[in-house]
Amino acid sequence: MQRQIEGSQAIAQTVAMCRPQVVCAYPISPQTHIIEELGAMVKKGELADCEYINVDSEMAAMSVAIGASAVGARAFTATASQGLLYMIEAVYNAAGLGLPVVMTLANRAIGAPINIWNDHTDAMAVRDAGWVQLFAETNQEAVDLHILAFALAEELSVPVMVCVDGFILTHSIERVDMPEQEQVDRLVPPFEPRQMLDPDDPVSIGAMVGPEAFTEVRYLAQVRMHRALDVIPELAGRNAEVLGRPATGLLHPYRTADADVVVVAMGSVLGTIKDVADDLRESGIRVGVLGISCFRPFPVEQVREALAGAKTIVVVEKAFSIGYGGILSTDIAMALSGQTVPIHTIVAGLGGRPVWAASLRKLFVDAHEGRLAETVFCDLNTGLVEAELERMAISRRSGPPAENVLRDLAGKSGLN
Amino acid sequence: MASERTPVRFYQVGSFAVGNRLVALEQRSAQSDPERANSLTSGHRACAGCGEALGARYALDAAMRATEGRLVAVNATGCLEVFSTPYPETSWRIAWLHSLFANASSVATGVAAGLRAKGRSDVRVVAQGGDGGTADIGFGSLSGMFERNDDVLFICYDNEGYMNTGVQRSGTTPGAARTATTQVVGPHPGNVFGQGKDMPRIAMAHEIPYVATATVADLFDLESKVERAMAHHGARYLHILVPCPLGWGALSSDTIRLARLAHETGIFPVFEAEHGEVTSSLAIRRRTPVEEYLRPQRRFAHLFDKHGEVSAPEVVAKLQALCDRNIERYGLSKEEGQ
Repeated sequence: MQRQIEGSQAIAQTVAMCRPQVVCAYPISPQTHIIEELGAMVKKGELADCEYINVDSEMAAMSVAIGASAVGARAFTATASQGLLYMIEAVYNAAGLGLPVVMTLANRAIGAPINIWNDHTDAMAVRDAGWVQLFAETNQEAVDLHILAFALAEELSVPVMVCVDGFILTHSIERVDMPEQEQVDRLVPPFEPRQMLDPDDPVSIGAMVGPEAFTEVRYLAQVRMHRALDVIPELAGRNAEVLGRPATGLLHPYRTADADVVVVAMGSVLGTIKDVADDLRESGIRVGVLGISCFRPFPVEQVREALAGAKTIVVVEKAFSIGYGGILSTDIAMALSGQTVPIHTIVAGLGGRPVWAASLRKLFVDAHEGRLAETVFCDLNTGLVEAELERMAISRRSGPPAENVLRDLAGKSGLN
Repeated sequence: MASERTPVRFYQVGSFAVGNRLVALEQRSAQSDPERANSLTSGHRACAGCGEALGARYALDAAMRATEGRLVAVNATGCLEVFSTPYPETSWRIAWLHSLFANASSVATGVAAGLRAKGRSDVRVVAQGGDGGTADIGFGSLSGMFERNDDVLFICYDNEGYMNTGVQRSGTTPGAARTATTQVVGPHPGNVFGQGKDMPRIAMAHEIPYVATATVADLFDLESKVERAMAHHGARYLHILVPCPLGWGALSSDTIRLARLAHETGIFPVFEAEHGEVTSSLAIRRRTPVEEYLRPQRRFAHLFDKHGEVSAPEVVAKLQALCDRNIERYGLSKEEGQ
């Protein structure tokens, strides 16, 4: 059913249709609306046979999910940013134990400086944890990916994180074709755990493993994760069939077939990028777009194939590895190893900075003309940066950089 | 004595150990039952004389008896987890889950919630950890579990330090005790004096249905407290003093004796509380000066000279004052039968 609905509401109602048995809630912006909605549904009795636990921290949220999953209950939680970092030990643990927890990550920047707005630094911080990481471009995709996430997690015994751009998607109201309960029931069968704590058949879960078998246990995790590259397209195909709309699988190629420049990105920024690509094509520059829906496991073969004809690749990233550069770019470069096609990184949208079509357009043209540097920061206020660098050069005790930059910014805009 | 099942105590040996043979068959300890669960079975890798292994074995077998085998145990990281499960062996004959150091209470909450959601109200949940996993790194998680009154019994095996990592100080390490991070150097050798983290009283402050302490010296008492705890629903807390021969610098053969001395000196009060109020305490039968408890432990060796005489009377007096305060607070000096 087509509805005008806030992203968080759409996600919460979809999660409810997936019949979670334990939902753990700890508030952090911009994830709050998701857990609030689920709490109300449990309290009203709309989400039956579900335990809603208000926990004391994100560490507790993921830990409760681990305990619930270990007795064979379907467990869900949601977090963002600092919350994800606070639970990171349990994030690794859920994956290490092979427990199919599903979590929404309302992507948000990591402090300091504290910032509640969107970027992808949080998701990148756990990219090696052993979770499947799916990125939604729209709220429709967020809905569809959550349905896929439960089925995928339980099929593989691997936890799945659905990454949804904080505020940009979670708080925006747009048209979403909401699934029917009967459709979701067909796509998300009852949870049949591979391992379960059961007094009638007692097992030890979480035993200590030394050097004699640690590599093998880890290797098996890699095998399970790689299976996702086959299972995701299958599940996406079934979703498409049952829900009657295009599949959201591993990748989203858009006008890549004849493209000279292919722009790679993840999440909601893809909408803007596609608009720019359309616009540039009208100016005679053949630009294509490759959206990465599945970041972990990284679909190396599929990416290589999708980028086969590109003469220039531009990766737009909402995060970067400080001291190195693009993170997704590194994966793209690995997928294309042995090839000589230039790969540029555009770091954009950090801490909620708007990613303007005009700015991207200029950078894409520069890439096409061979003028773009290897790594650029979109719309960087170089004046602010230079002023602080100068201050640091002049004075040993130059002060807190964030405060200095804000003071300079206020001065420039006459707010001082 | 907590349990109503033994209104009179029978002692047959000088150690005051309960004579199991003297009580009626149905009142005998879970451990004396040849059909006991053997929750933590033999072959694990604990040190000789490990108080934690002993405490865990009795506590879990009692919990298994109380629940007729419908039990799931969650374990914090620590000695108990490490010595019981080095791959590919496990000493656990019960459904057992280890996740992390800090989160045993939260994981247990999840286990209880998952079971409830699945309609398995017959299965009960025990979480367990050492003093680090309880009073320090696991404190927030435990307090949250208490505050929500989740249906979990949390058992703390308190050996007063981080023994698994090589005997470092924890929030329950007593004043003056030597650990690897409170060395016997400087003008105030050993651990600093402070309030420490009095976990049973902190648990009581949450007004949860049941809080109790026990030692491995009185295993009958320990079992009856587990049984009492399992008769309650909601958050429950059992704090068991478990001497650590390695960490305390004591003989393996002295584990039970030290646990008994901890009770008889008053340094470790043994009591029960319901909904925030103390309801019973285990009277001291033979009140003993604290130095008797300190002397056999090398972690307190700097308080004595080479002849075993107290060489730091002001420090011993401070510890004695703590004992006296406990005896007063919990009414431990009352006569047997009162």
